[in-house]
Amino acid sequence: MLRQSSRLLTRATTMTWRRPFSTDLPAANRVDSTFPEAWKKVIPNTEPPMTPSAFMKPRPVTPLSIPSKLSVNFVLPYSSELSGKEVDMVIIPATTGQMGVLPGHVATIAELKPGVLSVHEGNDVTKYFVSGGFAFVHANSFADIVAVEAVPLDQIDPNLVQKGLTEFTQKLSTASTDEEKAEAQIGVDVHSALNAALTG
Amino acid sequence: MASNAAAPFWRSAGMTYITYSNLCANLVRNCLKEPYKSEALSREKVHYTISKWADGKPQKPKSVNFYRLQNQ
Repeated sequence: MLRQSSRLLTRATTMTWRRPFSTDLPAANRVDSTFPEAWKKVIPNTEPPMTPSAFMKPRPVTPLSIPSKLSVNFVLPYSSELSGKEVDMVIIPATTGQMGVLPGHVATIAELKPGVLSVHEGNDVTKYFVSGGFAFVHANSFADIVAVEAVPLDQIDPNLVQKGLTEFTQKLSTASTDEEKAEAQIGVDVHSALNAALTG
Repeated sequence: MASNAAAPFWRSAGMTYITYSNLCANLVRNCLKEPYKSEALSREKVHYTISKWADGKPQKPKSVNFYRLQNQ
């Protein structure tokens, strides 16, 4: 029964972990030519179907020297706010605190909390309020920011923020069940973050 | 690196991340100035029209809000 075990054990110890981190996308386009060739033999008068890898541009390799700019993709469910834009720095509202991302940042995945995302480009600073989402920072100075809702700061109504803040603070004191308490707490957190974004 | 920190409060209350993030997004949308507010709210509006079938015929169709459908 254990005849194979010694062989398996030696294989397990000599095996090296070759799979890269999930934030490191394959740099080179690894197109398998066997499928198009086999297709051409069978159906010579029709083009082989396109696969996702044919549409997706491969990410550049991690350069040896740190580049001067950070490429940022900032996407929402309904629009693409920034697409491959080269900027100097972004400040991400991560759940662990504000996170400044410069070119050459170590590969990271961060969960976003409601807060201000600022994009620094020379002297220009663009600020968005994001409700939540995730940020993926890749080793090759690319950052992908995915948010559920994001708006420029000047589209926020300060009166509604104050109204919401008082409303949810009151709800928090009267909430009885765990779910009601959590909902009220979320309301207070989001409105406080909105308030801080407008005043600070 | 696995986090040893306690789960966030909304998770302890039985909420999922999707519920939490949608709630946050909705609160932000409700604080926008017009006309951005109505635009953002209408963009998120999802509804279905449902009609039940009885005796091989569809009954009167009725419109159901997406969020009400989720809670059914």
